[in-house]
Amino acid sequence: MSKHHISVTINGKTHEADVESRLLLVHFLRENLNMTGTHIGCDTTSCGACTVQLNGKPVKSCTVLAVQADGMEVKTVEGLASNGKLHPIQEAFHEKHGLQCGYCTPGMMMTSSALLEQNPHPTEDEIRQGISGNLCRCTGYTNIVKAVQYAADKMAEGG
Amino acid sequence: MIPPLFDYVAPRTLSEAIDTLAGNEDAKILAGGQSLIPLMRFRLASPALLVDLNRVDGLSYIKEEDGCLKIGSMTRESAVEQSPLVHQKYSLLADAVSVISDPVVRNLGTVGGNLANGDPGNDHPATMLAYEADVVAAGPDGERVIPITSFFLGLYESALAPNEILTEVRVPAKRDHSGGAYLKLERKVGDFATAAVAAQVELDADGNFASVGLGLTNVGLIAIKATAAESFLKGKAPSDDNIREAARLAAEAAQPIADVRGSEEYKRSLVRTYTLRALRLAVQRAKGG
Repeated sequence: MSKHHISVTINGKTHEADVESRLLLVHFLRENLNMTGTHIGCDTTSCGACTVQLNGKPVKSCTVLAVQADGMEVKTVEGLASNGKLHPIQEAFHEKHGLQCGYCTPGMMMTSSALLEQNPHPTEDEIRQGISGNLCRCTGYTNIVKAVQYAADKMAEGG
Repeated sequence: MIPPLFDYVAPRTLSEAIDTLAGNEDAKILAGGQSLIPLMRFRLASPALLVDLNRVDGLSYIKEEDGCLKIGSMTRESAVEQSPLVHQKYSLLADAVSVISDPVVRNLGTVGGNLANGDPGNDHPATMLAYEADVVAAGPDGERVIPITSFFLGLYESALAPNEILTEVRVPAKRDHSGGAYLKLERKVGDFATAAVAAQVELDADGNFASVGLGLTNVGLIAIKATAAESFLKGKAPSDDNIREAARLAAEAAQPIADVRGSEEYKRSLVRTYTLRALRLAVQRAKGG
């Protein structure tokens, strides 16, 4: 069965590999590259724990083949902080206690940081709609929404 | 869960994709992959070859041309959702795309894939039945236009030949005094509809129904066009009594089965209530523009 040579830029660094057609992007990240910040939750395209940004848009990496990402840019939770400084969304989840067990957190942050790129001043309703493809089983949505609002304010101030 | 082994190709042109399909009986087209990849992971589908359309140029667009709203088959649901043109003039479609699965899935899911999959639980089939849209299929002998009313043949079965690719959806261009609405009940964001109703209406100079389109989601083996309800309303006033009778007829046309989402009786009742509400909203929108 076919193997494919792929070159994927992940958090700014290019990774090359020979992969089977059936390798999922989430497994490529976690198992081939040992980047375990991206979680696997439901494995059924429901929970959003595996959300990464593919060419800037949040997608569920359990439902993308690694070979489909050839030539593309992927951003994972490991790529949020820069120069030792937390991304405003990370700082916000910390400040607003936007997590309990933390399992959904990487996916929540990848979806909500993309939302803020597209809509820097979302209403509460827009935030709730925006993260509706990401499930939190600790039911921490109230604080997650507060965290996204906090990050929006931080980013408006310039970070 | 990991899919079974398969081969994968990513053609750059439509003709290359069609040629590849023609030579491989056990091939499947990969569009957004948001239904197909889960099916493969559950081993409910095991194609020998995936022909990925994501690198074929020219299949992603939304434009008005030749009396139609033309949507390229690889257009992402999120692109339709964010289209000002769709929001301004195609309220039924705008409603429908905003409730397809969830916002993250909509970044990859495509309009063409949603239709070609032939799943009665998807939202575009009933929507396009209400619009009386056409789809364009490209094959080795060129293009053909298939009316949506003859596109769905059975569960997961469409009029597309194995070597044809759905390339475009054509929705009739917005007419004056027309409007539509899509109402869906889902247990949670991302679930398939318990039931949903698509309504598209046009009013004549006297304010009566010039045309009515009604599509029903997930209450049969295929999306259902509620034709008895449509023809009942044609030429009649949008009165409460008439709309109630149409809603009753639409519920009669539904063929739901009992499952985890509810009993047959419940779903039929839901179709009646949602037809009523969708028609009222569609009429209100038609009057507003």
